[in-house]
Amino acid sequence: MPKDSSIKHVLIIGSGPIVIGQACEFDYAGSQAARSLREEGIIVTLINSNPATIMTDPVTADNVYLLPLEKKSIIKILKDHPDIDCVLPTMGGQTALNLAIDCDKAGIWEKFGTRMIGVDIDAIETAENREKFKALMEKLDVSVCKGRTATSFLMGKEIAQEIGFPLVIRPSYTLGGTGGGFVDSPDNFEKALMAGLQASPTHEVLIEQSIMGWKEYELEVLRDTIGNMVVICSIENFDPMGVHTGDSITVAPAMTLPDTVYQWMRNLAIKMMNGIGNFAGGCNVQFAVSPDNKTIIGVEINPRVSRSSALASKATGYPIAKVAAKLAIGYNLDELKNSITGSTSAFFEPAIDYVIVKIPRWNFDKFKGSDRKLGLSMKSVGEVMGIGRNFQEALQKACQSLEIKRNGLGADGKEIRNQDEILYSLANPSWNRLFHIYDAFKLGISFRTIQDLTKIDKWFLKQIEELVHLDIKIGTYTLENIPYDLMKIAKQKGYADRQIAHLIGCLESEVFQKRRDEMGIRRVYKLVDTCAAEFEAQTPYYYSSFGDENESIASDRKKVVVLGSGPNRVGQGIEFDYSCVHGVLAAKECGYETIMINCNPETVSTDFDIADKLYFEPVFWEHIYEIILHENPIGVIVQLGGQTALKLAEKLDKYNIPIIGTSFRALDLAEDRGSFSTLLKDNNVPYPEFGTIHNTDEALELCKRLGFPLLVRPSYVLGGQGMKIVINEKELEEHVVNVLRDIPNNEILLDHFLEGAIEAEADAICDGENVYIIGIMQHIEPAGIHSGDSYAVLPPYNLGDLVIRQIETYTERIALALETKGLINIQFAIKNDKVYVIEANPRASRTVPFICKAYAEPYVNYATKVMLGEKKVTDFNFNPVKKGYAIKEPVFSFHKFPNVNKELGPEMKSTGEAIYFIDDLMDDYFLKIYSERNIYLSK
Amino acid sequence: MNRKKATLLLADGTVFHGTLVGKDGTNGGEICFNTGMTGYQEIYTDPSYTGQIIVNTTPHIGNYGVIDEDSESSHPLIAGIVVNDFSDVYSRMDSTQSLQSYLEEHGVTGIADIDTRMLVRHIRSKGAMNAIISSTIDTIEELQSELDKVPDMNGLELSSQVSTKESYYFGDENAPIKVACVDYGIKRNILRCLSERGIYCKVFPAKTSLSEMEAWNPDAYFLSNGPGDPAVMDYAVDTIKEILNLNKPLFGICLGHQLLARACNVSTYKMHHGHRGLNHPIKNLISGKSEITSQNHGFSVTKEDIEKSEEVDITHIHLNDGTVAGIKLKNKPAFSVQYHPESSPGPHDSRYLFDQFIQLIQN
Repeated sequence: MPKDSSIKHVLIIGSGPIVIGQACEFDYAGSQAARSLREEGIIVTLINSNPATIMTDPVTADNVYLLPLEKKSIIKILKDHPDIDCVLPTMGGQTALNLAIDCDKAGIWEKFGTRMIGVDIDAIETAENREKFKALMEKLDVSVCKGRTATSFLMGKEIAQEIGFPLVIRPSYTLGGTGGGFVDSPDNFEKALMAGLQASPTHEVLIEQSIMGWKEYELEVLRDTIGNMVVICSIENFDPMGVHTGDSITVAPAMTLPDTVYQWMRNLAIKMMNGIGNFAGGCNVQFAVSPDNKTIIGVEINPRVSRSSALASKATGYPIAKVAAKLAIGYNLDELKNSITGSTSAFFEPAIDYVIVKIPRWNFDKFKGSDRKLGLSMKSVGEVMGIGRNFQEALQKACQSLEIKRNGLGADGKEIRNQDEILYSLANPSWNRLFHIYDAFKLGISFRTIQDLTKIDKWFLKQIEELVHLDIKIGTYTLENIPYDLMKIAKQKGYADRQIAHLIGCLESEVFQKRRDEMGIRRVYKLVDTCAAEFEAQTPYYYSSFGDENESIASDRKKVVVLGSGPNRVGQGIEFDYSCVHGVLAAKECGYETIMINCNPETVSTDFDIADKLYFEPVFWEHIYEIILHENPIGVIVQLGGQTALKLAEKLDKYNIPIIGTSFRALDLAEDRGSFSTLLKDNNVPYPEFGTIHNTDEALELCKRLGFPLLVRPSYVLGGQGMKIVINEKELEEHVVNVLRDIPNNEILLDHFLEGAIEAEADAICDGENVYIIGIMQHIEPAGIHSGDSYAVLPPYNLGDLVIRQIETYTERIALALETKGLINIQFAIKNDKVYVIEANPRASRTVPFICKAYAEPYVNYATKVMLGEKKVTDFNFNPVKKGYAIKEPVFSFHKFPNVNKELGPEMKSTGEAIYFIDDLMDDYFLKIYSERNIYLSK
Repeated sequence: MNRKKATLLLADGTVFHGTLVGKDGTNGGEICFNTGMTGYQEIYTDPSYTGQIIVNTTPHIGNYGVIDEDSESSHPLIAGIVVNDFSDVYSRMDSTQSLQSYLEEHGVTGIADIDTRMLVRHIRSKGAMNAIISSTIDTIEELQSELDKVPDMNGLELSSQVSTKESYYFGDENAPIKVACVDYGIKRNILRCLSERGIYCKVFPAKTSLSEMEAWNPDAYFLSNGPGDPAVMDYAVDTIKEILNLNKPLFGICLGHQLLARACNVSTYKMHHGHRGLNHPIKNLISGKSEITSQNHGFSVTKEDIEKSEEVDITHIHLNDGTVAGIKLKNKPAFSVQYHPESSPGPHDSRYLFDQFIQLIQN
């Protein structure tokens, strides 16, 4: 069936603020869907409360509503646009689906004549309700775990008695499995049962037989209205059943399945998707396979676009959300083209000739006291993907992408050697189990023990064991005598030059020179093309490997590289991807060829439709440098990709690679507290009394001069990591010791903490001569809570003219003194009407996207043009929409960590943000948060 | 990990260096690539690949070892394999041996650690050609002279070589339907698919005469897949014409499909580099639905001939390049497909064709 031409105007529902379990993959999905529908001449209206998204940009949709995701907002939109005939709720995760269901139950869609497309309410109901899911699976003859739903404590105990231990408790209708868990003995059962019943909004839990240790797979399926179906990607979990798939290391294509078992699973997936309802769109199906391949159990089905479908899209090149949107408006798969080849059919199953490994990124350090053990409830905050020509290369590249100060899998001197610790970690997976498997082999723990404890498939473990053997072999050589073949094998298996340097005892740069210049072992770039090279492909989506043929031909156009922000984590989230995407688009407008480098599969920046060339590579020096040597850009933009990109500035500078915009010297000056305060002093800008220390003795000496309370903060950290307010010498000493343990050799700053001060921040664009302040935001909480965790109001709600003038003046002075070219963010504390500068960051900040949205102006676009020297600040006609106030609301994921109290301080904890517009300060919402402003400040 | 060095030489002079897998030695054949991500054992034992060197595009081969039930014939008939990363280690619990020992046992020489993507791009642009793999010959000159001895696939008849020498039975002898299967290189799973549906099969050598097959009094005929060029198989075409005169139901797969077309005066041609993989999109023009199919063919039937034909209709087309994927006769109970509904390896989307065959017989 061709396109349903009665559809003229579609409402897309977004997923709201980033929380654990629902991250920027839905920005990617939503913006793809919007583009896909607009291509068809359909008007798109979009609702999302998350301002830091590309999907809520005027470039993406015809009408954008930055409103809370609630029924009231939907009604408003439908009243404003009575011509909206359809709503597409499958692009915004569980949040969007839940809202769509609520509206359906309230009869809103019916009242406004709006039809839901791409979804079937009964299908969602069946997928979410474990009991209905099981009943359906039994009807379809798909095996499921033994077990049933308990609606009371007593019933739960009876079920447990029936099925025995180990068992699993899964609360109904919760996001990312919150409140669920494994119970291996009756001792812990009652507590877990109660927790599960409480976590479920309907107070129902499913109690099931445990299939812990079974192999785990996911298939991403697409179906059209006439029932044509394709499997886009098979994903195998490295971590077997027992760890939430969002917290599992995953691999594509499936590595250990023979065709017979794979086809059996494919048939089941088709049967399950057909059985669950008749709708057109994407679906994720999860399976457990017994280690002997004799039993396959249907674990879960999600009839919507998901985190895994974003991964599958990046893994294969097949744009699932884009195609799913087309299917929702009536197209059949065989009527669409594969947008990668441009010539073949969209009805096909991608064949891939490389391996991808996804590793989740956790932030347990931000949630002190949290249970770090991985289980049924997702705890990771982001993820990275490595692409390689073999599993080992992909695995090492993913490790290099994580930004946890590792150079790959091991071979970096960070191995642990405590046998008990390793054995415990193998059996109790946490964020570092992968590294401990390597350590276990290195320490000589037997293969059998490692397999028994981890239950990981032998093939994967052998791959890691082989790397350990290779380490030892490499270690027997020196830079002078390492043979060509061994060097080549090491590089093909993903070893970073730094790892090799560590093993043979020399400098990274020496390995680089030796292998690249002397041996001629250089990276080549291969295309991600959905078809294993069977057809010619047009898309510029590349990854590196050490093969014989390079497919990425460098043009002689003038070009810039934009460094991405790597994995999402607390302190560095989707905001930076937003800025990167706009940076790319702005540079394109100015006629530059744009090259994006990033490794986060959830993002819009890694959509191959954004930059002229996408290199899906770790934002890790060696990879960046080799791309730069290959492409020869005029420079690199580092100020949009957050700390990840910024911290590569020093090396770029050292290697004489031009940094576009603000110079490395200025970036460094702003980070170096000593020089920065000299700059402030020279420019007559006040700042809190401070000093720098390197050990506890210096700290105890300095505190006498500064006086308590003191703000302790390490240099060069992200999101206030290790920052704390201390009120006496004991606390000071304790914290300095902790910081030096976690971040050795760091310089620590002690600031006199301005108690009870008001905080504010300003973002500005500067071209070196003129400064334009794009916005000033006043925090609602007092100083002491990280700016990312504070409610903030744009523009300030009760700062006097005098204060505002000081803020403006200081912003200008600092921006000019740093010779800023591009964006700058400055944080202020205000006490007794005097403004102090706390810090300045000459780069795109977390608040820039917020201001862009609130004032409806493309500031990142402008700033990029300024950075490139294409425009001056005075060339723009600034015309912000200033109406009422916009409140930035921080959003936390504390519900994922039941043992962690919500305490806020100088270290950032929030995972996302929402925007809320108010007309005036008598607004109830504002009054409420204002009255609660002091509650959470704790340390 | 320390494997012997090996060399791959293509007929156009391109050389690749890698490491030996399988048996130490020298093997030549036509080089072709398969994009399937699973099912290497089924591919290597499919008789249609007789005389061909298979390039697997999937990055790892050997991961799950070898198991007897997964073989599509008694042993591999391929002329070699070319892979990116070869695993000596396998993890499937019921595998009986590693792929390495299996290849060695059956005398297959292969080469690993090759930039297979580069090779595929080469074949994609230059077309199918002969090639040779060796771990024993050092000089390119010597290798070249061995390569020259490898016959050209165009005009090569291979079916009679791989076909069974004696007829045999497959399935339940009390099954309600009897089908005579002409073996041009039949895959075991075709026989399984037929017998599971209540068919008793008698498999005949490729050159069996109609009268010999009729003597068994079958209800219908089946034309199997197989290797080689259909244009040089007049013996088969003649027999098929005789079968058609009987008006008995007839079903053909792959080479069987090409031969049926030739029996209806539709010509066949050698494709640039063929279709080999598990992800080929086919549209059924009768039902309007599409299916993902397993394919392995280097020859195809000529579309223009069918469009002009008064005897034949197109039933299926390949969605990527519009080539003919299925035909049926207008006035006879005969049909065939270019792809592999028995799909071992590959998706099971097209198994309905066996049911259609049964319906045709029952009507």
